[in-house]
Order: sequence, then C-alpha cells, then structure tokens
Amino acid sequence: MDECIRIRSPFDAATAGVLQTGQQVLLSGVIFGARDQAHRRFAEALARGRDLPVDLRGQIIYYVGPTPAPPGRAIGAAGPTTGGRMDTFTPQLLAYGLRGIIAKGNRSPEVIAAIVQNGAVYLAATGGAGALLSRCIKEAQVVAYQDLGTEALWRFVIEDFPAIVAIDSRGRNLYQIGPAGYRQSHANSR
Amino acid sequence: MRELGVDLIAARVAVLCREASFDLPPDVLSALDKAGQQEDSPTGRRILNELCANAGIAASERVPLCQDTGMVLAFVEVGQDLHITGGSLGEAINRGVARGYRDGYLRASVVVDPLRRVNTGDNTPAVVYYDIVPGDGFRITIMPKGFGSENCTALGMLKPAEGLAGVRQFVLAAVDRAGANPCPPVAVGVGLGGTADKALLLAKKALLRPLDEPNPDPELAALENDLKVAINGLGYGPEGFGGRVTALAVHVETYPTHIAGLPVAVNISCHALRHKTWTWDGQ
Repeated sequence: MDECIRIRSPFDAATAGVLQTGQQVLLSGVIFGARDQAHRRFAEALARGRDLPVDLRGQIIYYVGPTPAPPGRAIGAAGPTTGGRMDTFTPQLLAYGLRGIIAKGNRSPEVIAAIVQNGAVYLAATGGAGALLSRCIKEAQVVAYQDLGTEALWRFVIEDFPAIVAIDSRGRNLYQIGPAGYRQSHANSR
Repeated sequence: MRELGVDLIAARVAVLCREASFDLPPDVLSALDKAGQQEDSPTGRRILNELCANAGIAASERVPLCQDTGMVLAFVEVGQDLHITGGSLGEAINRGVARGYRDGYLRASVVVDPLRRVNTGDNTPAVVYYDIVPGDGFRITIMPKGFGSENCTALGMLKPAEGLAGVRQFVLAAVDRAGANPCPPVAVGVGLGGTADKALLLAKKALLRPLDEPNPDPELAALENDLKVAINGLGYGPEGFGGRVTALAVHVETYPTHIAGLPVAVNISCHALRHKTWTWDGQ
C-alpha cells in the first residue's frame, strides 16, 4: 500500500496510461509551474493561434505560486494550489498536448473527461505542505511572464517529489472514491 | 495617559507576520497529532504525518508552512485611555505587514483591485478590525488567511423558524460543498446572529479560539461537537482523499440578532490555522 512508484518527468503517454488512482508516486525531473494568471495568458495565446512561451506538449504543469527563495534555497514554500480554479482553462491545454497536472482538490466533469480523452493524468500533492515540498525542488527559474511575480511561468527541477494519482487516464477519481467509503448517510449521523 | 508609538507597533507586526507564517500554533499541531491517532485511512494518516513533518521543517528552517501566506487580517484592541503617537495606526500596521513579508520572504498575494489584478508587491493592505476596549492596553492579533479556504465561505440568512436544524443543515452543506478545496482537516468557524456582516466576522473570530477550547456555553459546546461529528461523517478526510478526520474542530460564536432573522456564517480555515498575538506590556 505504501509502495511508491518512482517516475521521471516529463513522462510519455504510456507511463501516464499505467498510473492508477490511489498510487503514490515520487516524481523527479522537470515540471513547469503555472497558476491563475499564467493560465489566462495561455488561453489568450491559444485563442489567437500563437505559440505558448514554452512548448508544454508532453509536459507536466504544477499549479503553484511559491514564496520567494530565501538566501541559500532554490525556492521558498511551494505546495499545490486549488486545481478547480483552472477548470475553465484545462480542457484546451490537455487537447493541446499537456500530459499531466499536479495540484490539489477535485476537478470538474469537463476536466475529467478531457483527462480521459487525452490519456493524461492528474496528480495531487499535499496542500499546505509547502515547506516539505520545497525541499524536493532543486532548481527554480522563471521562464516567462516575469511581470506576474509568483504567478509567472516557472521551470522546476524536482527530486522525489511526493504525489498521489488522484484522477487517472481512465477517469477514476480519488476525490469521489476515497470519501465514498467513509461517508455516513445524513440519516445515520442524526 | 499612557502613550504607545506607532513605530513599535509596526516593528511588532512585522515579527508577528513572520512568526505566524513559520510557527504553527501548539494547539493546532497537537490537534493534527491527535487526528493522526483517530484517522484510520492509511493515506489520511500518511498525510497527517506529512503535515506534522511540514510544521517541523517550517519552524526549524524558517520557511513558510504554506506558500499561500495569505491576506493579513489584523484584530486590534485599543484601550480607550491609550494615546497612540507618532502617526497613523493603520499606516503603521501596513508598514509592519510590508516589512514582515519582505524580510520573511513571504508571498505577496494581494492585488490592488479585484478586477484589474495587479499585485501590490508587499502584501498590503491588511484587513484591519478595531475594538475600543476599557483601559489603556493594546493588543494585536495577526491572522494570515489563505484563500483556498477563504473561498469556501458561506453566508445564509435563515428564517428564525429554521432554528437549530436549519443551522446544522446550512453548516454541513457549506463544508460538503467545500470538499477537498480548503485543505482538510479544517477548522470551521460558525457565526450565528447579529447582521450579515457581523455573522461573518464572528465566524472568522471563532477560528482564533484555541482548538481544544469549546464554547463556554454548554449548549453551544454541544452544538460544536455535534457539528464536528456530522462533518466528519461526510468522509472527506485529510486532503479529501477519504477518511474520518475532516474537521479538527468546529467553533460557534453568537451575537444577539433581529426578531426577523437568523444569520449563519461559515468561515473555514485550512489545517494551517495561523495566527499570532502581541500584547503590549507597557514598555
């Protein structure tokens, strides 16, 4: 149960396909950080038929707005932000070729359908574990949208970054399956 | 008349901002620890362990517990016989926030305008509430509030006839709707009564009470416990992956209200329930 699967990022479609909801992964390699405002700009670029500042096809986006790096650290606290806020932008990014997302929290039915349709995967990191996750980020660099500050487009080199498969490429959703087993009917709790 | 200079207040606010971001209050840490013993989902237990480890790393390495270092709420109690000198109190608080966020490498998360969304760069302004109290003392509590949980706030203007059952249903529905988004296990603040705005403020202030301290009114303490049991029955568990511990605590605060109304407000905090208080010692 507590076995972790070690994977390199970016990973191919076959790897995304074998990951199963509930599995724990330790991710190493390169991921890109982007949240609300960067997503807005991605959407604007795609709507105008322009290239994104970085080719994100086959890549993993981490929804994060880190705290500034204190001296001697690659980055400050860097835990995941709520994925649902990006729901309106995600289907078009998955159609464009994004392989996976790391965030926290449930996603809309449209996003889940797009994950299935494009053979992608949604990983969840522990929300609020910003100090712990910061240790897994070895390099951090703003690669575009510098004017957005923490909301810029980041490139991270990560090592053994812990996450759990929350929505796999078949659409199995841990945010539904997990609580269902523990949910008592309101009638029982009254 | 005693005098207190604003420069000292600004300096203390800067320290409070940093300490609140790095040091999880002991009652919260012990609630997380206790939750780890109550949780029977293995994933949930692993997450609760991670959160305790995270608090340890944040405290020892002086790195924020969470990257969302929040928008700052300041609750100020000013004695009516105290003279604040040297400038504007409100400006001093914001100066302290700016300094604390810059020196502590905390995230600037505030935008100038809700629609134009340009970052102010120093996490100011704070949202400040003043209470004028008897005496000549001064106390300030800094509460950095993350928006993963703040976005889950709910306000209901119930009919008085809906009573306790209506309140219970409203609170449960709000926490159910929030689901995994506010980073459970959460603390749930419930404000009952007053006006709409007063109920929301009560809900926020309810989060400042130590987690192991029930409401002194036994009826309200029973309601708090009943709500906690019901919320934990929703099954979200740590991070919403399923489990027994969705709420660390539910706190209810009340205020007199109008004969025609039953305002109920729900304000949720993530497990990183951060706040720090400075009471002036007169020096």
